[in-house]
Amino acid sequence: MAHDTHDIHRSRTEFEFIKRKRATEMRGQLTSFAMMIFLTLIAFTLVAADFSNYLIVPIILLLAAVQVVLQLYNFMHMSNKGHGMMAFFMFSGIFVAFTIVLAMVTIVWW
Amino acid sequence: MSSNSQKKGFGATIWDYMTTVDHKKIAILYLISGGFFFLVGGVEAMMIRIQLMKAGNDFLSAGTYNEVLTMHGTTMIFLAAMPILLAFMNAVSPLQIGARDVAFPFLNSLGFWLFFFGGIFLNLSWFLGGAPDAGWTNYASLALASEGHGIDFYSLGLTISGFGTLIAGINFLVTIINMRAPGMTYMRMPLFTWTTFVASALILLAFPPLTVGIFFMVFDRLFGANFFDVTMGGNTIIWEHFFWIFGHPEVYILILPAFGIFSEIFAIFSRKRLFGYTALVFATILIGFYGFMVWAHHMFTVGLGPTANAVFALATMIIAVPTGIKIFNWLLTIWGGNISFTVPMIYAVAFIPSFVAGGVTGVMQAIAPLDYQLHDSYFIVAHFHYVIVGGVVLAILAGTHLYWPKMFGTMLSEKLGKWTFWFFFIGFHLTFFIQHFLGLMGMPRRVYTFGADQGWDLFNAISSAGALLMAIGVIILLVNVVMTVAKNERVGNDPWGDGRTLEWAIPSPPPFYNFAQTPLVRGLDPYWIEKMEGNKEGMVYAEPLGDIHMPNGSIIPFVISLGMFTAAFGAMYHMDGHAWALPVLIGGLAITFGSMLVRSLKDDLGFHVTKEELIADNERIQREARALEGGKKGGLK
Repeated sequence: MAHDTHDIHRSRTEFEFIKRKRATEMRGQLTSFAMMIFLTLIAFTLVAADFSNYLIVPIILLLAAVQVVLQLYNFMHMSNKGHGMMAFFMFSGIFVAFTIVLAMVTIVWW
Repeated sequence: MSSNSQKKGFGATIWDYMTTVDHKKIAILYLISGGFFFLVGGVEAMMIRIQLMKAGNDFLSAGTYNEVLTMHGTTMIFLAAMPILLAFMNAVSPLQIGARDVAFPFLNSLGFWLFFFGGIFLNLSWFLGGAPDAGWTNYASLALASEGHGIDFYSLGLTISGFGTLIAGINFLVTIINMRAPGMTYMRMPLFTWTTFVASALILLAFPPLTVGIFFMVFDRLFGANFFDVTMGGNTIIWEHFFWIFGHPEVYILILPAFGIFSEIFAIFSRKRLFGYTALVFATILIGFYGFMVWAHHMFTVGLGPTANAVFALATMIIAVPTGIKIFNWLLTIWGGNISFTVPMIYAVAFIPSFVAGGVTGVMQAIAPLDYQLHDSYFIVAHFHYVIVGGVVLAILAGTHLYWPKMFGTMLSEKLGKWTFWFFFIGFHLTFFIQHFLGLMGMPRRVYTFGADQGWDLFNAISSAGALLMAIGVIILLVNVVMTVAKNERVGNDPWGDGRTLEWAIPSPPPFYNFAQTPLVRGLDPYWIEKMEGNKEGMVYAEPLGDIHMPNGSIIPFVISLGMFTAAFGAMYHMDGHAWALPVLIGGLAITFGSMLVRSLKDDLGFHVTKEELIADNERIQREARALEGGKKGGLK
């Protein structure tokens, strides 16, 4: 809309604040990047060490879920403000899909 | 409508509607085509009742009866109830949140045309070798055995119209999340907007399973796949799961906007704010969630095992709790209110006992062991007609009266409206109440006739008589519409006199840009707040008067939908080995994707309504309002 264009003027303090915030964010991203590499290493090690499939599969699935959450929150900015509704819909969708898969697995294919 | 649009010729008006991206005009398109399909479904219902009027009747053959019954259900759910509710959502919810249009006007138009062509495709089956005949649930074991192209019309038609509905749902979600006026927080949204929001979320999550299921069905029937064919290692139960994972949320997609319409009506005509607004909102969200956890209660007799049946029975019973919360809140809204029994209010008051009756039989069926008795009997037919006619159709009729002035600028006759109500309401109970007992007496649903020695004659005759009364009610409504359009007595902003939400603060019908200045919302029921504080303008503004950016109309949505419609014919007749089928399939898809490409490559930046035009238009609106107050009779023509 034509009315919605704003000029942005930042004071010195605001600038400092944003700079600090971005630095924190960057630190978070680097940390989670390191964690993700570590998680991937665990996954590869599990397979290489030739554990039982019943151990490997659930652990890898769990690690994958953690990776997805890290990815969403730290790299796709879901931790930032204004993403509440998106998170709500994503989790609703996951919940619904999970219920359906669970029901299908237990009452159709079991 | 802007002043210059009134001088258009017939052809130009048709072109205007074919290319429009204005949510108010799309609402009118939804209302007209949904209304048309409602009449088609109604004629099919009358045919069913004529056939069952007496024992051993031969008005319809067994095969035709199956087709009529299938098309009655499919038409009423997909092509009548949902589009008419989408008409109200389109007409009202952007106004209620103070928006100038929906988030994606182009997609809004595309959604309508996909639904429209899907519906036409489905109904063309009558003329092209027979309609679908496997029930609206289209269970795979029946559908795969069905001869001719009926089921293909069903699956392809619903695929196309399903895309349309999905697009509409996403559009409303984005609109309501992003386009609320300043001050319109979530907990200040009118309840109709809330129910639109939750119903759209249900559309978003429920339509993909249907699309997947139907896609499998298309592949099974047309391209030799075996998803549901037990003899080839498929599983016919999977279709039932897919269908009901969609189907149960679907009935909430229908009933939640109906609840929203009634919530508005109770507040307006009791002249009170809604009792327990917060509880109503959370009950709506809860119903939305529970809707996804109960689908297997449609399948208790399939043989899921006692554990699954118990889990789904319990989950089903829980739904009675938020629904009960709603019922009590509505009763308490009326309680102590300054009630005026206008036509919408009469419908709303009649809705409560009718819907509760349907809800109670629903809880009875949730008891899995009892359901083994009730399953596939007329008891079920009575139950779902009580919730759908007693809930959704009453809401549609009430909403038609309530929002007619906002959509068309004229009032439907109250007197004829009351006649419609009494015919319809008495006819409805006469038709369906007695079907509970037919069910308990053992009459199975979906049978095309019964024997004279079975003792069902009298009750079926009574039921058919009731259907006749409902038909008379609908005909009176049509007369009412024609007379209102012919008289064309214009009304002002707030024709009911007690409007509470933003849509009543602007002219009826609103100008195409809705709000010259975006309103500032200061609480729940913003228009009521301003009225109570003596604000003659009905709203305070969040911005100065300035240019407004509006989208251009486009014929592309129509062409995209036409392409899919064409492609569907190609896909269907390809099976029969017609040489022309494959080129038609490819050509249709080429039209669809080609027009998508055009849309993507060609920048359409819309246009601006300038400040000067807004001022001129505002003067016209003021002039018309004065003329209306001066000579109440006739007004301006």
